Amino acid sequence: MDQLTTFLDSLPVLGVVFQLIGYLVVTIPVIAPIFVALAAPIALGALCGIMNERSGVVNIGIEGMMLSSAFSAFLVAALVAQAMGPGDPFPVFGATIPILVGLVAAVATGMLVSTLHAWLSISIRADQIISGTIINILAFGLTGYLNRLIVSPNPRLGAGILQPLDLPDFLVDLPLIGWIIEGFFAHGPITISVLFLVVFLQIWLFRSRWGLRTRAVGEHPKAAETVGIDVIRLRYKNVILGGIFAGLAGAYLTLEQSGSFQNGMTSGRGFIALAAVIFGRWTPIGAFGAALLFTASEALRVAISLTPPTGQLGDLLQAIPPEFFGALPYAVTLVVLVAAVGRSVPPAAVGKPYMREKRT
Amino acid sequence: MTSPDERPAQPLWRRGRFGAIFEVAATPVASVFLALVVAGLIILASSFVTTGSFDWTLPFVAYGALLQGSIGSQSAILNTILQAAPLVLGGLGVGIGFKAGLFNIGGQGQFLLAATAAAGVGAALATAPAPLAITASLLAGMLAGAFWGWIPGALKAWSGAHEVVTTIMLNSIAAALIGFLILGPLLAPGFSFGRTGDLGNSILPIILGDNVHLGVLFAVAAVPAVWWLLFRSTLGFEIRSVGANPSAARYAGMRPKFLTMLTMSLSGLLFGIAGSTEILGVSHFMIPSYGTSIGFDAIAVALLGRSHPFGIAAAALLFGALRAGAGLMQVIAGIPAEIVDVIQAIILLFLAADVVVRHLFRIRAAGGISDLKTVTSSYAGRGR
Repeated sequence: MDQLTTFLDSLPVLGVVFQLIGYLVVTIPVIAPIFVALAAPIALGALCGIMNERSGVVNIGIEGMMLSSAFSAFLVAALVAQAMGPGDPFPVFGATIPILVGLVAAVATGMLVSTLHAWLSISIRADQIISGTIINILAFGLTGYLNRLIVSPNPRLGAGILQPLDLPDFLVDLPLIGWIIEGFFAHGPITISVLFLVVFLQIWLFRSRWGLRTRAVGEHPKAAETVGIDVIRLRYKNVILGGIFAGLAGAYLTLEQSGSFQNGMTSGRGFIALAAVIFGRWTPIGAFGAALLFTASEALRVAISLTPPTGQLGDLLQAIPPEFFGALPYAVTLVVLVAAVGRSVPPAAVGKPYMREKRT
Repeated sequence: MTSPDERPAQPLWRRGRFGAIFEVAATPVASVFLALVVAGLIILASSFVTTGSFDWTLPFVAYGALLQGSIGSQSAILNTILQAAPLVLGGLGVGIGFKAGLFNIGGQGQFLLAATAAAGVGAALATAPAPLAITASLLAGMLAGAFWGWIPGALKAWSGAHEVVTTIMLNSIAAALIGFLILGPLLAPGFSFGRTGDLGNSILPIILGDNVHLGVLFAVAAVPAVWWLLFRSTLGFEIRSVGANPSAARYAGMRPKFLTMLTMSLSGLLFGIAGSTEILGVSHFMIPSYGTSIGFDAIAVALLGRSHPFGIAAAALLFGALRAGAGLMQVIAGIPAEIVDVIQAIILLFLAADVVVRHLFRIRAAGGISDLKTVTSSYAGRGR
């Protein structure tokens, strides 16, 4: 066996490929937690997109929703911590009262911004892509403005972050599945919740009455209206509830990942989430898979910096400029999107404002 | 039953050619006014946040400083023009896309790549004769911008991938690419930070005041040029037809795929001119972390200008004035310059919610944002 791998690894070009496979087999269990954590905000953003688009509303404002939620989570948590002290952390996740209040603020902000999107695209019947663009520009401007006004003069503002779950050793040490458990559960509460939310939304969308109606409204609103579904109302509900996921994604960035806020810190994740929606064929589980795929290259970069590979493969990776890995997630998203479009069919009524016919 | 003659007489400002302009401009002007009012309230609230009490004079102080910094003196006016030039070019780039039913959010990437290309070629030709050096660097920037615009156009034409997502991805890829180029092949030795080399003869000459460079003329010339292209040429007619109805355009013998690629390239080209003239005329070298929000600013300009070249020029001057005055406002009134981004976004908000604006001001004229229907209806991959 050892001789075989040595032989395979020494092949001229293929050898590097085999070395890469061997390297991945060894490192994937190590980087699995990073992998899932990187995918979490994108998956959450994608869930927001699915809620919107399944009911017939395009949402390219996910980026802005995430950004404004990230900011309000940070600001509210920090202000509460400043006003009443950080308080004692709870036994799990190291959660404190300020952080929990920040989490609530993030979700509320996500829903509020979503309400604006719903109002513009459903009631005003504005162009939905323009509405999303406006939300992105508004979120960027307003968070930048408030950040400079309130946060920058007080550099000590902060509320700490949520801690990852401490898994018992016997679970992590389980043969074969130990690393999978660690990969999915050695995280803070928001990342752990992603997995459950994805499964929940999948069932909810395809096995519940609300889900059926949502899909009907997204495919053929007029038919839905004739059987007595209130199209406008249902679209409002879905868009606003979708804001919860964007809010969680934002809260993840400031309360679970970094503990601070930088202008434009979403850095395109909301748009990658959109691509995940399309590649995942408008299903939650598919979108989660797509999010994992898009962040795989990023995870690989982390793996290489943590445990640099040796031999030929190491030399090869050394020669690749670091910017290449910076661009890789976006390039992968782009290529996958181009391949997926056309084969994945969007809800038929997506992007079309619904106008109820007048009674005669 | 009323015949046309019996309608109440139109007020003076609604008649004739002037009336036509009023019809088009009423909603944008009202939106700008409302946005300034709302931003004034935000400034007022900011005074409460920072000092604990409402300073009723602060909005007026802030707007006074804004005016002084944008049109208060000769140098302020020249600054406004300098700030407006790239916005005109970018706004035209987004606007020409809108006319074809395409939404180019990738202006930032096209701008940055063009800036890097111009900086690289300019530094290489630093000792060449000035006309040659300038022409070559500008051409390099224009080609880079057009190429980076062509990619999403080609992706849309061939696979149907919507440009809203692909251009954003290309922005991030461009950011990484320019980092690689500037720290790699284009790196100038002897500096404490990564940057491109000195431009030497490739620097655009100053034509007005201390800082208005030759590149501003490109922005001035681009407005009538794009107007002619869109409204007086066959190609422009085809572009507008594809934007209005791709299937009808194809039925009439036009080539939607070709026009998609061409329009996106033109859009990228305009951003490319903006990027290269900014480097050759203002910054004089390129760094990996060059900060710009031109992509989104240009969208705001194009929407406020209703995708019409002359409207875009007016909108760009307005936003240029805001940007030029923001610095002085920050110094005098202590209001962060980011308020300009907020004003910009609120203007767009009112434009999108034009129903509300028209109701408030009793405007019966046309709405805020039109001719974009095909942008959204082509979302998620229904190809052309």
